[in-house]
Amino acid sequence: MLHIKSVTCIKQERCLFDELNFSLKSGQIMQLAGPNGAGKTSLLRIIAGFSLPDEGDILYRNQSIKKYYDEYARDLLFIGHKTGVNVQLSALENVAHWLAINGYVDTPDLYPLLSKLGLVGLEDVPVRTLSAGQQRRVALVRLWLSEAKLWILDEPFTALDKSGVAFLQQRFTEHLSKGGAILLTTHQDLTTHFSDLQTLTLEYRH
Amino acid sequence: MTRQHSYWQLFVAVFNKDVKLAFRQRAEIVNPILFFLIVISLFPLAIGPEPGLLSRMAPGIIWVAALLSTMLGLDKLFRDDYHDGSLEQLIASSYPLSLTVLGKVAAHWVITGLPLVLMTPLFALLLNLDTTALMATLLTLLLGTPLLSFIGAIGAGLTVGLQKGGILMSLLVLPLYIPVLIFATSAIDTSTMSLDYSGQLAILGAMLVVATISAPIAISSALKVSVS
Amino acid sequence: MWKWLHPYAKAERAYQLCNTLLPYFAVVTVISMIVGWVWGLGFAPADYQQKDSYRIIFIHVPSAILSMGAYSSMAIAAIVALVWQLRNAELAVIAIAPVGACMTAIALITGAAWGKPMWGAWWVWDARLTSELILLFLYLGVLSLYHAFEDKKSAGRAASILAIVGVINLPIIHFSVEWWNTLHQGASITKFNRDAVDPSMFWPLMINILAFAAFVGTVTLIRLKNEILHREKHRPWVRQLLTKG
Repeated sequence: MLHIKSVTCIKQERCLFDELNFSLKSGQIMQLAGPNGAGKTSLLRIIAGFSLPDEGDILYRNQSIKKYYDEYARDLLFIGHKTGVNVQLSALENVAHWLAINGYVDTPDLYPLLSKLGLVGLEDVPVRTLSAGQQRRVALVRLWLSEAKLWILDEPFTALDKSGVAFLQQRFTEHLSKGGAILLTTHQDLTTHFSDLQTLTLEYRH
Repeated sequence: MTRQHSYWQLFVAVFNKDVKLAFRQRAEIVNPILFFLIVISLFPLAIGPEPGLLSRMAPGIIWVAALLSTMLGLDKLFRDDYHDGSLEQLIASSYPLSLTVLGKVAAHWVITGLPLVLMTPLFALLLNLDTTALMATLLTLLLGTPLLSFIGAIGAGLTVGLQKGGILMSLLVLPLYIPVLIFATSAIDTSTMSLDYSGQLAILGAMLVVATISAPIAISSALKVSVS
Repeated sequence: MWKWLHPYAKAERAYQLCNTLLPYFAVVTVISMIVGWVWGLGFAPADYQQKDSYRIIFIHVPSAILSMGAYSSMAIAAIVALVWQLRNAELAVIAIAPVGACMTAIALITGAAWGKPMWGAWWVWDARLTSELILLFLYLGVLSLYHAFEDKKSAGRAASILAIVGVINLPIIHFSVEWWNTLHQGASITKFNRDAVDPSMFWPLMINILAFAAFVGTVTLIRLKNEILHREKHRPWVRQLLTKG
C-alpha cells in the first residue's frame, strides 16, 4: 500500500539518501536500520509527510501523499521522537484529546487499557509527575485505540521494560494480522518475534 | 469505534485544551495582564500625573501596552506544542491545519485579549478617561485584540522552531501591527473630540475579517516550515 | 503558458541565465547612472524655491521607488517559490532582500538630508519617510528570519512566507500612515510635491530611476549567482565551474 519512489534527501549539504525505492504491503513490518545520522528519522518524517523529499514521491494506495494528504493522514499513525503527550495534562486527558482530534466519537473505558500498560493509579495525575518510561507508555496508548492502517514509529520501544516490550510486540502482531503495516526504527532485536521482518539499512554518507 | 470527520469537534478539542491548560497555569493568564498594568503605570511616573496630559496620551499608552503584552503571550502559542510533539500530531491529520490554527488563535484571544477588554474600566480609571473614551477603548480593544492575535500568530508560527525565537518574533510582528495601532488610537482620539469614530471601527472590523480568512493560511504554512 | 519558465527551475540553467543577463544590466547601469547623475546633479536648472538642495531628489526619489519595487519583486519571487515550489525563486528572495534594504536606507538618509534645508530638521515624521522606515523594518525582518534558521531550505521558505505577508500589509501600512499623517498635520505642508515636475527635471529623474533599477538588477543578479553556487556547491557542474577558474 505504501510505495516510496526515488526519494532523495539532502540535509545541510549532505546527501542522506539517493533514489531510494521500496514498498510496504499490508501485513508487513519493516525496520529501518543504520547508524546514527544515517537519515532514518529524516526518512520517516518524509514518509509521514512533514518534510518534502528533494526528489521523488511517496505513494499511498497509488496516490501521491502530497496531493491527497488528508486521506493518507486518516490512515496514518505517527509516533516520533517527541511523544505528542502534553505533560501538564493527565494521561486520561491526553488520550481523550487525542481521540477528539482524530475524529473518534465515543471515549471507551480507558482504565483497563491503562492498567495493562502499567499505569494503574497514574491515570489522573499530570504526566510530568510520571517517569520517562511511564510517559512513553502514555504516548503508546494510541496504538491500542487507533484504527489507522499504517503505523510509522520512531524508536517505540524506548524506555520500556521487558514486559512492556513483549506487550507491544503482541500488539504489533495483532495489527499486522488485521492487515495493517508497520514501519519503524529501533535498536531492539525484532527477528525473534517477527519472522518475516523486512529490513532497510541506510548507510552513513559523508 | 466510530469515527466522524467533524470540523467542529476538532475546533472545540483544540480550543478547550489550550484554555484548560491556561487555567491550570494561572500565571499564563495573569502575567500578561500584570505586565500591561505595570507598563501603563510607568507612564504617569515618566511623564507626570497631570490628568489632562494623561487623558491626551491614554489611547497611545493603552494600545502600545496592549501590543507589548500580546507579544509576551504569543511566544507560548505554539512553543509547548512544538516541543512535546502535539503540533506534529495536528499537522499529520486529515483536518486542514487552518482549522487547528483558528482554534488555537481563538483560545489565545480568550486567554490574553478578552481579559484586557474586560479590564478597560480599570484603565479608564488609571488614565483619566471619560465615558465616551472608555467606550471607544473597549470597542477598539474588542476588535483589535483578535487582530493582534492573528497577526502575531504568523510571527509565532515562523519562529517557533528557532532557539532565540522570542525577540525575533517581536521584530517581525510589530511593523505589521502599526495599522491596527494607528486606527485604534485614532478612534479613541476622535471619540474624545465627541466626533463619530465608526469609520475607524469599520476599518478595524474589515481588517479583522480579512485576517480571519487569510491569516490561518499564512500561519499554517509557517508551522509546516517550522516542523519540517 | 509557463512552460518556458520550467527549464529555469534547474539551478544550472538559472545560473546561465544570470550570466547572460548580467552584462546588459551592468552596461545599462553604468551608462544611465553616469548620464543621470551628471545631468541631475550638475546640469539641471536649480529650483527657484529650494535652489540647489533639491537635487537630492534625483537620488531620493529613485531609491524610494526602487525600495518598493524591490520588495514587490521579492514578494513575486516568494509567491513563485511557494506556489510552484521552485528553490531558485527562494534564492531570488534572499538575493533581492539586502539590495532592497540598502535602497530603503538610502531613501531614508537622502530624505533626511533633504529635510534639513527644507524644514530645518534632520528627521520629520511625514508620511513618506515613516512608510520607508517601516519598509526598512520589514526588509530587516525578512533578513533576520532567514539568517536565524540553520537549515537554509526552511530559511528560504520562511523568508518567502514573511515577504508575502509583508507585501499584503504594505498597502495597508502605507494607507494607514498617510491617513495618520493627515490627522496630525501641523501648519506646514510636509508632503514632497511631485505633482508638477518641470520637463527639465523630469528627464534626469527618469534616467536616474532607470539607473537605480538597472543597478538593483545588476547587484541582484550577482547575488543570485552567488546564492546558486553556494546552494549547489556539492553538484558536479559547480565543481567543474570553480576548477576551470
